[in-house]
Amino acid sequence: MKPPRFDYLAPRTLDEALAHLHHHGDQAKILAGGQSLIPMLNFRLAHPGVVVDVNRLTDLAYVRQHDGGVAVGALTRQHAVERSELVRARVPVVAEACRFIGHAPIRHRGTFGGNLAHADPASELPAVMVALEAEMAVASRAGNRAVPAGEFFIGPLTTALRPGEMLTEIRIPAAPPRTGGAFVEMARRAGDFALVGVAALVTLDEAGQCARARIALCGVGPTPVRARAAEDALVGQAPTTAALDEAADRAAAATSPPSDVHGSAEFRRKLARHFARQALAAAIQRSGGR
Amino acid sequence: MPTTIPIGLNVNGIRHELNVEPRWLLVDVIREQIGLTGTHIGCEHGVCGTCTVLVNGETARSCLMLAATADGAEITTVEGLSTGETLHPLQAAFREAQGLQCGFCTPGMLMVAHELLRENRSPSEQEIRESISANLCRCTGYQGIVDAVGLAASSQASAPAAR
Repeated sequence: MKPPRFDYLAPRTLDEALAHLHHHGDQAKILAGGQSLIPMLNFRLAHPGVVVDVNRLTDLAYVRQHDGGVAVGALTRQHAVERSELVRARVPVVAEACRFIGHAPIRHRGTFGGNLAHADPASELPAVMVALEAEMAVASRAGNRAVPAGEFFIGPLTTALRPGEMLTEIRIPAAPPRTGGAFVEMARRAGDFALVGVAALVTLDEAGQCARARIALCGVGPTPVRARAAEDALVGQAPTTAALDEAADRAAAATSPPSDVHGSAEFRRKLARHFARQALAAAIQRSGGR
Repeated sequence: MPTTIPIGLNVNGIRHELNVEPRWLLVDVIREQIGLTGTHIGCEHGVCGTCTVLVNGETARSCLMLAATADGAEITTVEGLSTGETLHPLQAAFREAQGLQCGFCTPGMLMVAHELLRENRSPSEQEIRESISANLCRCTGYQGIVDAVGLAASSQASAPAAR
């Protein structure tokens, strides 16, 4: 089908965009890369009264150094993040995860911030941001605030963003030395929605023991799932086969996957265990600590 | 009476001043307003890839973009590949290696293959397969398409002056 009628606003500045969002409240829908919103309009699953097209806010497309880590402007195209030297040097797990988003023509248009604000439970970047403990910078006419990634995703397609607010920047903190990261996923075909994806970060101490671990999964619950019990199983341990097996078991136990034609809940939980173990092993291997 | 807004699109090097409804998709404006029907429209939700065009030099689904968003952009459609009646070497390779059957997916296949060969002059078979994995061929003529892109890559390598 074709999109329903809507009023169209194309602000040229962030202030102008925030004024539109303030004025139209929950009638307004932000259009960034459009790779999720336009299909929803074409299917008439979304009927926004007003579409606020933010593609002209090119000031919001950047990757910068920030406090030893990286700040990504919300309008940065996923393809640009994937190719960013700064991202590859400081948070390579982000570039690794971007490659799983759809296909190149999708990533050319799709934005980093749009992906996060859309909050699809199967989406890669929300889980990666949760594992990285990123901070979401949110702007509105009322002022700016920062929301930790762990509190940003509150349900399927639902975030902590309120009417009138817009995600403007994602701040990814620097990882401690001797940290390795990995993102792995399983989908039925290349570019399809993930059945399961796992983001893992492991920091080893000088003796080669796990000093810190972060594990988050996508596709296995209504929001990204942070597997804290699995993290606890690793901290203070040498990264032995037994420790990894225990962490992978606990990661799978933290999930509540859906059952559908693409796979049963039991199958997805099995995948979660397998890929959690794989992600942890890869993260440890990349930590440079041993 | 729906309101329209003025936009400008540069399509295959020609400037078009148009009045569009905000809800019109880029693919529909290319086909219905500009009259370039080489770009096909299939699934209308970004899965089949036959509507793929270049937007400012990068492949994009023209069914997932409002024409209004594309205001001011440089668009290249499949019609922009050939020079008059002379096929682009990639198109010639598709003919030579039987890279098409019904032809429905062909415009999208050509655009993703064109981008691949621009960025990677000698792609492996795996890289060719990965690049066209964004596009569906319901004739399942993938082997011919992979062969055609491989043929175009090798003729491009032996004739470095080709576009």
